[in-house]
Amino acid sequence: MPGPAPDERMRPKGRRNTQGIRVDPEAEVTHEPRQAVLSALVKHRPGVLSEVSALFSRRQFNIESLTVGPTVDDDTARMTILIEEPEPGIDQAKKQLRKLVPVVSVRELEGEAVRRELALVKVSGEKPDDVNAVADMYDGQAVDASTDSVTVEITGSKQKIDAAIEAFKQFDVQEIVRTGAAALERGPKTLEKDV
Amino acid sequence: MSERASVPKEEDETEPEAEQEPVTTGAQSVIRALENAGTDYVFGVQGGAIMPVYDALYDSDINHVTMAHEQGASHAADAYGVVTGDPGVCFATSGPGATNLVTGIADANMDSDPVIALTGQVPTEFVGNDAFQETDTVGITQPITKESYFAADSDTVGDDVSEAFALADAGRQGPTLVDLPKDVTQGDTEVEPGAPETPETYEVPEEADDENVQEAAEALAEADRPVILSGGGVIKADASNALREFAKEYEIPVITTMPGIGSFPEDHELSLEWAGMHGTGYANMAISNTDCMLAIGTRFDDRLTGGVDSFAPDAEVIHIDIDPAEISKNVYADYPLIGDAREVLRQLFDAMPRSPDADEWRDQCQTWKDEYPMDYDTPDDEPLKPQYVVEQFSEMTPDDTIVCTGVGQHQMWASQFWEYTEPRTWVSSHGLGTMGYGVPAAIGAKLAAPDQEVVCFDGDGSFLMTVQGLSVAVREQLDITYVVLNNEAVGMVRQWQDGFYEGRRMASEYPWIPQFDKLAEAFGARGFTLESYDNVEETIQEAREYDGLSVIDAHIDPGENVFPMVPSGGDNGLFALNEDHLDMI
Repeated sequence: MPGPAPDERMRPKGRRNTQGIRVDPEAEVTHEPRQAVLSALVKHRPGVLSEVSALFSRRQFNIESLTVGPTVDDDTARMTILIEEPEPGIDQAKKQLRKLVPVVSVRELEGEAVRRELALVKVSGEKPDDVNAVADMYDGQAVDASTDSVTVEITGSKQKIDAAIEAFKQFDVQEIVRTGAAALERGPKTLEKDV
Repeated sequence: MSERASVPKEEDETEPEAEQEPVTTGAQSVIRALENAGTDYVFGVQGGAIMPVYDALYDSDINHVTMAHEQGASHAADAYGVVTGDPGVCFATSGPGATNLVTGIADANMDSDPVIALTGQVPTEFVGNDAFQETDTVGITQPITKESYFAADSDTVGDDVSEAFALADAGRQGPTLVDLPKDVTQGDTEVEPGAPETPETYEVPEEADDENVQEAAEALAEADRPVILSGGGVIKADASNALREFAKEYEIPVITTMPGIGSFPEDHELSLEWAGMHGTGYANMAISNTDCMLAIGTRFDDRLTGGVDSFAPDAEVIHIDIDPAEISKNVYADYPLIGDAREVLRQLFDAMPRSPDADEWRDQCQTWKDEYPMDYDTPDDEPLKPQYVVEQFSEMTPDDTIVCTGVGQHQMWASQFWEYTEPRTWVSSHGLGTMGYGVPAAIGAKLAAPDQEVVCFDGDGSFLMTVQGLSVAVREQLDITYVVLNNEAVGMVRQWQDGFYEGRRMASEYPWIPQFDKLAEAFGARGFTLESYDNVEETIQEAREYDGLSVIDAHIDPGENVFPMVPSGGDNGLFALNEDHLDMI
């Protein structure tokens, strides 16, 4: 085909980064990942959980936890999703989520939102008093005990639970289960109404 | 009503509407929902779990086209949706019937084509037991549809279908599916389906925010090097006329994407045709050097953008799209305008303070058109060039001729060397790149537009994937001309092997392929062979004039490659015009 060769052509001056955002050709711009809490109201019906979780895996969003449970309305459930992504990824996750038909609304909860997680930690039953003492330090309590094991319940922020589990390691941790975060905005604001 | 080149079929409004029998079963309710939505044609294949639905179809005025394979059913429905603008409908049974539909559903999803798929399912009590011909159809198709429904009750199955129909058509169009367990369709009900309505959670934006429109209009008017990038969404929104008015009024050069072909007439002086991997040199030069791009109804696919780091890197981007999730997904939108393309173009038209001062830029675009013409050699002593066949055919046919294609080199030549001037005349598989799309797509297109000429360019590899569809086209007495641009290879793969894999032609060349003219005759069609320049026009004319299906087996130069070419992830402005250029970039 006729025409000037690639090195003989008029060339643009600019450049975009990998997210398609125009950048100063001299300066490298990267968006650092941050953690975001997305709260979504969804129609309470079969398949909705798989639809949402499939979306996150298919679009390669980095998801830390996903919890789901009923709300005051029998027809809707609430999902709380912790993701860690650069800013454009968080924005895209919100838009893709909103696009799913069973999703009623989506919002990112602000930094100071109330976030709670529950963990059950099963440790060796050799030193039950010491276990209780540590549980007290974290406002936890023993919920089951046998001659060989004690199971402790802890509720709180992710950081608090991380710290508690670290402390329980001295008792030979046998099993851990964590729920992932549940979160609500502080004040009167809800997902359905902006105040 | 969509913007179609042909006059819509006249409907006899004098005849009083026949009194409809009340429904008695779930299956009747399904068919009633389709009737209410205005369905003319269903493309499908029978089978155990879908039999109750077919039985209800027996009493309906809806036409059913029995396809040779379910993949063809979904592609034919897709093409029907592309040409009419209304959802195409396909049926399949459970298990293999449903899985065979999947390719066509995924194809429709990638190209935002309106399709509704109804699949049979084993009776509810057997679901989950790995029953005969059971598969998790909703699970398989959920990621490739706007929504997949599992019909749970005979009383509500009609509403499910109505909603799926409305959803396929609403906002950004796309495929939906309803899985129909046999007990649900067989079960008794007296509940008539409701009118097609989208689910309450589904919001369809119409007009864009006025303030955003104003800002975008000012940015565009300020531009020195403006372009319009018109995507498939312009055609889907029936915004081609709005686009033409806008571009002509403000004298802005227009580039289309591949799905946007036909949204702007390629013979207009403002047209730069289409950009991307195999787009014209002038479109890619303009994309590369623009300082303000008005992009409409496009998702900035990688075959269009090349590497995003070098995509229109000097441009402010105004992005009109009905799907908020497309805004800034691949290319950042400086001015996002969320809404219906036709509405927003009208808003923008009114908001423009003046035309951009772009005389110099338009001259530059014209210079590029002169510098990078879409030329090819036709020496008499060499085998037939595919480009020549396409060009001749284009010159001989009316503007509203519909072109369908498979996927591969032939598809690129059909898009490069045919002159498109009308929307809904280019029917192809873009996003998914489905070889085998052409044969069934032409069937759907012809039934959608019986008064328009339909030609399907296919490759030998692509044609063989769905060739059994010829039996359907002959049975339905469809007047379609198939042209197989036969280079005895999966040509695009062969081209890449030569360019990027040191010529190691693994599994791309066919040591032996059938004689397609004879194959056509066996199916009951007319077969032709083309081997030289001598009788190209004559053969095309004979095939066109034959009142029925004809297949031209065109033996083309097996060494011919598609150019211009932007290698995958490359820089649009550095497109190669020949093999040597590939080594330079």
